[in-house]
Amino acid sequence: MPQVTLTVNGKTSTVDVEGRTLLVELLREKLRLTGTHVGCDTSQCGACVVHVDGESVKACTILALQANGSQVTTIEGLAKPDGTLHPMQEAFREYHALQCGFCTPGMVMSAIDLVEKHPDGMSEKEIREGLEGNLCRCTGYHNIVKAIAAAQEVMHGRAQALAPAAE
Amino acid sequence: MNVVTPFEGIGASVKRKEDLRFLSGRGQYTDDINRPGQTYAAILRSPHAHARIASIDTVAAAAMPGVVAVFTGADMPDLGGIPCGWQIHNKDGSPMAEPMHPVLAVGKVRFVGDAVAAVIAETRAQAKDAAEAIAVEYEVLPAVATLEAALAPGAAQVHDDVAGNVCYDWHIGDKAINEAGFAKAAKVVEFELVNNRLVPNAMEPRAAIGDYDPTTEDYTLYTTSQNPHVIRLLMGAFVLHLPEHKLRVVAPDVGGGFGSKIFHYAEEAIVTWAAGRVKRPVKWTAERTESFITDAHGRDHVTKARLALDANGKFLALHVQTLANMGAYLSTFATSVPTYLYATLLAGVYATPSVYAEVKAVFTNTVPVDAYRGAGRPEATFLLERLVDVAAAETGMDRVEIRRRNFIPADAFPYQTPVALQYDSGDYQATLNQALEAAGWAGFEARRAEAKARGRLRGIGISTYVEACGIAPSAVVGSLGARAGLYEVGTIRVHPTGSVTVLTGTHSHGQGHETTFAQLVTDRLGVPLAQVDVVHGDTAKIPFGMGTYGSRSLAVGGSAMVKAMDKIVAKAKRIAAHLMEASVEDVEFDRGTFRVAGTDKTKSWAEIALTAYVPHNYPIEELEPGLDETAFYDPKNFTYPGGCHICEVEIEPETGITTVVNFTAVDDVGRVINPMIVEGQVQGGVCQGIGQALLESCVYDSEGQLVSASFMDYQMPRANDLPMVSVATHTTLCTHNPLGVKGCGEVGAIGSPPAVINAVVDALKEYGVRHIEMPATAAKIWGIINASRPAMAAE
Repeated sequence: MPQVTLTVNGKTSTVDVEGRTLLVELLREKLRLTGTHVGCDTSQCGACVVHVDGESVKACTILALQANGSQVTTIEGLAKPDGTLHPMQEAFREYHALQCGFCTPGMVMSAIDLVEKHPDGMSEKEIREGLEGNLCRCTGYHNIVKAIAAAQEVMHGRAQALAPAAE
Repeated sequence: MNVVTPFEGIGASVKRKEDLRFLSGRGQYTDDINRPGQTYAAILRSPHAHARIASIDTVAAAAMPGVVAVFTGADMPDLGGIPCGWQIHNKDGSPMAEPMHPVLAVGKVRFVGDAVAAVIAETRAQAKDAAEAIAVEYEVLPAVATLEAALAPGAAQVHDDVAGNVCYDWHIGDKAINEAGFAKAAKVVEFELVNNRLVPNAMEPRAAIGDYDPTTEDYTLYTTSQNPHVIRLLMGAFVLHLPEHKLRVVAPDVGGGFGSKIFHYAEEAIVTWAAGRVKRPVKWTAERTESFITDAHGRDHVTKARLALDANGKFLALHVQTLANMGAYLSTFATSVPTYLYATLLAGVYATPSVYAEVKAVFTNTVPVDAYRGAGRPEATFLLERLVDVAAAETGMDRVEIRRRNFIPADAFPYQTPVALQYDSGDYQATLNQALEAAGWAGFEARRAEAKARGRLRGIGISTYVEACGIAPSAVVGSLGARAGLYEVGTIRVHPTGSVTVLTGTHSHGQGHETTFAQLVTDRLGVPLAQVDVVHGDTAKIPFGMGTYGSRSLAVGGSAMVKAMDKIVAKAKRIAAHLMEASVEDVEFDRGTFRVAGTDKTKSWAEIALTAYVPHNYPIEELEPGLDETAFYDPKNFTYPGGCHICEVEIEPETGITTVVNFTAVDDVGRVINPMIVEGQVQGGVCQGIGQALLESCVYDSEGQLVSASFMDYQMPRANDLPMVSVATHTTLCTHNPLGVKGCGEVGAIGSPPAVINAVVDALKEYGVRHIEMPATAAKIWGIINASRPAMAAE
């Protein structure tokens, strides 16, 4: 059985996989990192998005073997060791950008990559277009868009702290 | 020291307690759970909509690597069928047709996706591989995929014992009075429409794990359910014949439901039963396409309606004839949706003196159809609010004025409708006025003209609605055919240090109950929010419950908590009276402090809690130790949220693409506990309604193949398809529950579809469009515009 060695959330593991094993299966079933979810089988929903070498990737659309030697970050690896949340996680909480929570890990991972790729900031329309690879059935995206708009200000250093959601 | 704490009680938009675990990847959804020694199930499904099973050969599959067992329907002779929870009666009083729904198909398959065999293997992949190695010989039969096909003379019979594919032919209202209403009419508006079939598509696919302990003979089912106690009841009593004390059902974190996770599904019974057979845990998780062909679908009505009006535009009578698709088998609540959750709402917000509705429920070779967000009320609202717009156009009345003229007035509550329900409260003029103001209705024509100058067709649409939720009074629904009570159960467990655990029979799968319910406790008992935890979703922990659907959790479940808190406070006052050597009648309690009235003698919440569990100085002869109370609450009536939704769209004539540019919702959901959560519920519901109106279409071909069976083919609303949604509330209190709450989970999906279609029709009015069926896709709209081009050019 082939082996794959990869570093997930700073921890290096070597795992036996089948050739057909997907990265998301390795994460969920071998490493028991169940924060990364599977919501479809056609790469449409984005619940499985993780970062592979700093890029957002749908973990259901990449073989585990393709991630050999990679640095992978999942939702479990976002917060600092002391528990401080990433500004995007904090923004999702502040703006009520999650309901059932199932799409949330993929949505947060996609949103972070989206913000990082737009250092000049994004308009509401650009944020909506940027989320085309992620489905949410609960929120109607309204508060997700607001959360990302607020988080980008903190992530790009234009704001010291997250703007509070209006009451 | 005076510690200032933020207000966390009723009315505060506190942040959600559940968010941290979801944002950290530490939610525990069913597929995240792994049991020691776990095996995996794969279900072989019918590729045909209708066929006789000539033979099933499992020999090769059983010999595949990792296979533990292969089961077919023949291995389960002692199991019962999957039950239906609501019996409807025909017009003649006879009961509905209720054909057997086997866990695994026996003899015949009746829809694409029908479960034929189950493979249990060491890994998910091995189970799937082996399922493909099962050889099934089918004799394909003609299939009926639509209502029209199923009712045609000589149509194929979905069930041999159901003549003409009719499940029931039911009616409500007084036909003679209705006919008299039409006899007086100055104008009759006739109208036909379809309510499009939808796939719920909660983001978490369904999953189930069966576990069995051979030493105790206890079964545990972990499942993606909105109502674990109901699943225990249905599966235990009717399918597996397991008594409640030997069957535990756990519904952990659940990733959205929208109704589709209310029902008892075959896979739950398969994994539980199979765990007992193979003596190991068995896990099944749906793939998305499997969800499309097995999760109960929603809506799917075809309706003809006639509305009688007098010369002043007042409604005299409404006659509705609806065909409702049940799919191939009766799902848990399927039969109640087009009857008591639909036809009873056909008075709507209007004082129409007579409503008579006839509903025929029909079997087809398609996935079972059942409740989906709103369940019956969106169908009623869509019909009424389209019909009222058509009536306005055909009588030359203003769309707002015809509504105002027919509203049930605010001083007419409680209001008895001609279709069984008695609305307790509401103010439809007020929600309408607030919405017109917020949406800038008066300034619309200027926006239309501005859009026209840019080459865009702009339209505005309105929908005024009422719905019935907070289900339901047990005696009432029992008399209407429900086979269960619909009360709810709450336990308030005060711990010795004063912190509180709330146990509820409802279930949260996105609604934020862990926060909202804790706010009720904080508000009443004065215990800080951080010291209140809400537990749901486990029959081993929670005394009983009927679960979450029909926006019932706060109105019914929250009321049970209030009742339990009443008992807690009454007992705590007796303890306080003893400690303060006062008469219990003189003890007052206000958010954490017990006081002898008119004195400065007080005891804190923590002191009383501790005394209850350390009863050294205690009235032990007359009072038991402990502070832990359970209450069952059976509602006195449904609750009746209502409101007004206004949608504004722009259509690009060259492509037919519709953009929702503004959406305004003003809803009366009763008292609001957490405004942030209510807004989120309404926004989400509105967007699901926009999805139904513009994008989502569940399409079967004539042979019963679901051709929209993936996210590639079924258009789920994405961020860029949707607008920001402006949400406001206007409150009239529910008069019959202690919190005055009505419910907010479904109003968005109920009120919005007709507002969207009314706006689209308004935008297309120069093309003479009377109606456009949902979803109003770009192709459909472009077709309308394109077809009229030569005519318009010739003018």
